[in-house]
Amino acid sequence: MPTRLVNCDNYQAMTQQQTESTAPTRRVTGIGRLLIAVYGLLALAATGRSFVQIAETFSDAPLSYSLSAVAAVVYIVATIALVRRSPGWYRVAWITISFELLGVLLVGTLSLLDPALFQHKTVWSVFGRGYGFVPLVLPLLGMWWLARHPATAPTEPVMRA
Amino acid sequence: MIEWLTGLQLAVAISAGLLCVILGLAGRKPTDLTMGATALVEVLLLVQFVAAIVAPLLGNTATGSVLEFYTYLVSAILLPVAAGFWALVERGRWSTVILGVACLAVAVMLYRMMQIWTVQGL
Repeated sequence: MPTRLVNCDNYQAMTQQQTESTAPTRRVTGIGRLLIAVYGLLALAATGRSFVQIAETFSDAPLSYSLSAVAAVVYIVATIALVRRSPGWYRVAWITISFELLGVLLVGTLSLLDPALFQHKTVWSVFGRGYGFVPLVLPLLGMWWLARHPATAPTEPVMRA
Repeated sequence: MIEWLTGLQLAVAISAGLLCVILGLAGRKPTDLTMGATALVEVLLLVQFVAAIVAPLLGNTATGSVLEFYTYLVSAILLPVAAGFWALVERGRWSTVILGVACLAVAVMLYRMMQIWTVQGL
């Protein structure tokens, strides 16, 4: 039984390696799937929070809460852009992920320098501390992944070498 | 919110999450074990959902925002389902890791839900 398991794993590892090296870039493979899952998770978290904030106490802090909503939408778009592997969506992914990095750096810095400005929590306050700094790390991982997996046009031949 | 139930649930979600992440990183594709662990987390969430509806009728009311509590609870209920669906479609090692990430996220959300229900003024 153990040997069968090992063989099974080897076989799986082999086929997975093959898929990763020969698969067209339109299909997201390997660790990219995990990245998409975590992006989806953050999109859900940001959407949930901004929904509650806007539904309950929007007038308390329109700036913070609008920002939360914008961040939520950007996370959703970035998640979709990562799933869809086409040149157009590839550009969208770069734009949204850059926006996130800029947002978390800007709001994170401002929330430390002038806490009064962002008294109410947003997903980006103190560099995303409320979310285990995931909002700070994720855009960097996303950019790294995008840089290593440029999208090719679907009509283009996959293997040119 | 019943505290011992939530405590049990936290323990199950964290154990299931760690199990799936470790097995996934070890290269296992989703199995009955990892899918079952995730399903258990989901079942407990549904129990929690019923408990959250019944508890206020028995005098155990939330001290914090009920809307925020249910936003967390409904989101948490969706997570294992989404991860499980993913694991059925993509039978690779990363799907197992994703099952684990979903269970760990559920654990964090349960912790927040418990804070909303019991602790205020932080």
